[in-house]
Parts: sequence; structure tokens; C-alpha cells
Amino acid sequence: MSERTLRGKVAIAGIGETTYYKHGQSPDAEFKLALQAIVNACRDAGVDPRDVDGFASYGGDRSDGPRLAAALGIRELRFSNMHWGGGGGGVAAAVANAGAAVHSGMANCVIAFRSLAQGQFARYGRGNQSAAAGGDDAFLAPYGLMSPAQRFAMKITRFMTEHGIRHEALRAIAMASYHHAQSNPNAVMRGRPLSEEKYDASRWIIEPFHRLFDCCQENDGAGAVLVVPADRARGLRHKPVYLLGAAQGGHHRSAAPVHNAPDYASAHFRTVARNMWEMAKLGPADCDVVQAYENFTGGVLLSLVEHGFVDPKTANEQLVLDNLLVSGGRMPMNTSGGNLAECYMHGLEMVNEAVRQLRGTAINQVKDAKVVAVLGGPMVTPVSSLVVGTEDTL
Amino acid sequence: MSTRYLPEGLPAPAQEPIAQPYWEGTRVSRLVVQKCNGCGKHQWGPEWICHRCHSFDLGWAEVAPRGRIYSWQRPHHPVHPALNGHGPYLVVLVELPEADGIRMVGNLLGDPMQEVTIGAEVEAVFEPHDAATPPYTLVQWRLVK
Repeated sequence: MSERTLRGKVAIAGIGETTYYKHGQSPDAEFKLALQAIVNACRDAGVDPRDVDGFASYGGDRSDGPRLAAALGIRELRFSNMHWGGGGGGVAAAVANAGAAVHSGMANCVIAFRSLAQGQFARYGRGNQSAAAGGDDAFLAPYGLMSPAQRFAMKITRFMTEHGIRHEALRAIAMASYHHAQSNPNAVMRGRPLSEEKYDASRWIIEPFHRLFDCCQENDGAGAVLVVPADRARGLRHKPVYLLGAAQGGHHRSAAPVHNAPDYASAHFRTVARNMWEMAKLGPADCDVVQAYENFTGGVLLSLVEHGFVDPKTANEQLVLDNLLVSGGRMPMNTSGGNLAECYMHGLEMVNEAVRQLRGTAINQVKDAKVVAVLGGPMVTPVSSLVVGTEDTL
Repeated sequence: MSTRYLPEGLPAPAQEPIAQPYWEGTRVSRLVVQKCNGCGKHQWGPEWICHRCHSFDLGWAEVAPRGRIYSWQRPHHPVHPALNGHGPYLVVLVELPEADGIRMVGNLLGDPMQEVTIGAEVEAVFEPHDAATPPYTLVQWRLVK
């Protein structure tokens, strides 16, 4: 029986994004942003948008595939896919689902995308405004536990307390994103650098580990990648960026109700990371760059630990700013500014950045980058991550 | 003296049928959770099937209203209009060792700025909201002296 894998079978041939805006400031409707990013990804690849035959997204994206297909005059829709779960947990899964569709022959040319204009809809950081809370929320909201930050905070408290990890480790994660954003013209936080003093003086969102700068912003924009079979990618405009490994899901009962997951202090990557590395036949030491989704910096810590990039015993020493920068860092991370400082595009901007790093066209380029890992939104369920590489890595 | 920990106006629990025995228990100051009639183990939150033995015959049992703090947080940022101007408060995740380690979320009563220790022993305090329609009771926690 042949090996069941996506390793080297599919590639990202095009990337696209819109201008990134502070939330509420996009002059364009959310659906128009989605169309712009998709058309840009097709142009980047040199592919006629009418030849796209599938769409994959996540996080309950409001720009649905059939409407996109109609608006773009797609000749034939063969794959229309929404990944369960909130936020950016599904970012890598959407790319992998697109890859699985083209590798299996269900489709030929699939867009994975995210469009988000929270300013035109509800805010994430506001709690439930209804009079009665049902489901899980019946046991949470009456106690003032309502926002995403609050849903995850107690995982972070427990993990960091147990392992003696200091808040300064999270500060380094935030500062790396802000540092890299300063040279990125499309970064929302360009021109607003973050110093240790500014971070330390920022207000508490939640004690003990969430200051203002530990929390992502909300933004408007869209991002898209075009996924095709590896053979086809070789005939297109850019150096193909191959999918080497991808996985999604969660460990045993990670979605157990009312904070009852047996392995609680987790980003939910334990099994997912193992499966991704197995498919890729690689490990954390093989990666030149990491893009690690920041909803909250504590989630990045958990995510890095569960993917094997950081040992909890030495996290305080490993997670220092110099170690995370393109210039001289041993683990360059969030090289375009990440969710915190480039744009909170639910991690799709990180997939685009991974592609630029492997093409050698990133603004903060890591020299000779051959393998990049993208760790999707941590602490939700399901989560997902992927690793991509150049032709050399096949 | 106010008997509620957080200000009025936060969402009330919907008291859905799947959790009815729990809500009825809280009204008479009893902590009642799901206990499987198939394997005898407790589970929380309420679900239609036992995740251990797949029995649909889930019963309910009163458990000791005591536990220990498994984790905690002190939110400062108001996430709901009812919390505007209220200031920080404490949310705790409490593990119940006498009920197969199930966990519940509540507030830790007392000074919101108090130091909180993981592992500290707590006991339930029933917080009635009799004027609500329908009335309900929240389960809060305080340190065992």
C-alpha cells in the first residue's frame, strides 16, 4: 500500500492580501476584501481566477464559497469547504483541506482564504450581550467569564505557574512581532514600536499574564493562497512552496465542556504537532523560521512547547527578544509582525509570510530559509499547523 | 449587604433541560452533578452520553461542595456593560476530588485583590438570585479557613 501523505504532493503557487486596516476602518465591504485577496493570489500565480475550482476557509468565514464562485464567474465549483471551530484554529487546516482536495483529485486549483472585517460585524472581545446564556456559557458567563482572553487565561496561569515561567518570556514574544512589523509597509503597527517600558506600563486585561500587549488586536482585511498539485506548480511563475506536513484536531477530550479537558493547561497541539512532524519527516530543529499565531502571547508559549520548539524548563532563557529576531536570532519568529503587529488576519497573513520566506522575497528575510512552520491559533479546538518547504526539502 | 459577587445585568444561566437537576439542586444549596448509572463515574458539564462507557443512562448525584483551586484569573477589562467601572474580580476553576476530579468555574469570594494559590481548598457558597425570572442560584467559592 502506498504511503498516505500530502508531503510534497501539493504546493502553494500564489499568495494574495489586501491592505490591512485597523478594525472598522476598511472602506471596502468584507466580501469585497475577500475577492481582492483571491484575485491577488491568482495574479501572483499567473492563474485566471475563473480556473479556481474550490474554496476552503475556517472560523465561520462569512464570505461563502458558492457566492465567491458566482461573483468570480468560476467555471465549475468542485470543492467548497468550511473547517469547524472558531478564530484562527483552522488556518493551517484550510490550507491542508485545499491540498487534500487537489491531491485526491476532487479539485484542481483551490483557494484557502480568510476575510475579516469585524468593524462591520461584532467584536470578538465583547462578551455575550443576551439576557440568558445557554450551553457551556450557562456555567461561565454569569461569573463574568465571557471573552476569548478569559476562556484561555486559566490554561496559561496553570502552565506558567507550574513551570515557573516569567511574564518576561511573553513580553519577548510580543516585542518580536512589533519589532518585525516596523519594516513592513502593510503592518498595522508600523511606526508604533514596543519597548520593554511601554509593555510593562500597559494596563492589565487579565492578571496574572495578560497585559494589553499580550492580546491581539482586531483588524479588517483578507488573505488568500492558491493551492495546486505539485506538478502544476512547477510550471507556474514562482518557485513552488511545498506542503510538507499538516495536521488538525485536538488531543483526548480537548473540547470537554466547562473547562474539563483532562490535559487542561494546553494549546491542544500535543497530538496535532506529532502528526504534522510525522508527515513532514521533520522536527522543530529543521525549521529556519516559525510563524506562531498570537491570539494571546501565553498561547504562543504553549504552542511552541507542544511543537517542541521550546522546553518549559528553559523557556525563560529561550524566550528572549534577541533569540526571536531575523537579525541574529536562533528561532526567528513572526517575521512580518504576526497577528499582533502586522494584522490579525486569523493567521492567513502568516501563511503568506511563510511563502515569502521560502521564495526569498520577505521584507525581513531569513537567509536561505528552506523550511517554515506555521502554528495555527492555539487553545481553541480544533487547532491546526503546517510546515512548508522549498524544492530542496523534498 | 449585597449578596451577589458581580453586578446585576450579566447574562443569567439559561437552565436548559439537560442540566435541570443541577439547577434545581442549587436552589436548595445542594451541588448535584451527572453520575453515570452505567459505570458510576461523575462527569461535568452535562452531556447526553457518558464519555467513558457510552451509557445513555446518566443519573444525578449530590457531591460534597468542596474542592481545590485548579487555576484562576483576575479580569480587569470589562467585557460586558454590566462590568463597566466595577474593577477587577476573581474567577476560579475548582477541581472536585470527591467527584472524580470534575471541574467547575465560579468566582472566589472575598477581596478581589487577594493572592490566589493553586491547590488551595475551597467550599461552595450558594448565591441565590431570587428576583430573577426565572429565579436561579449561582455556585460561588470561598477559601476554607
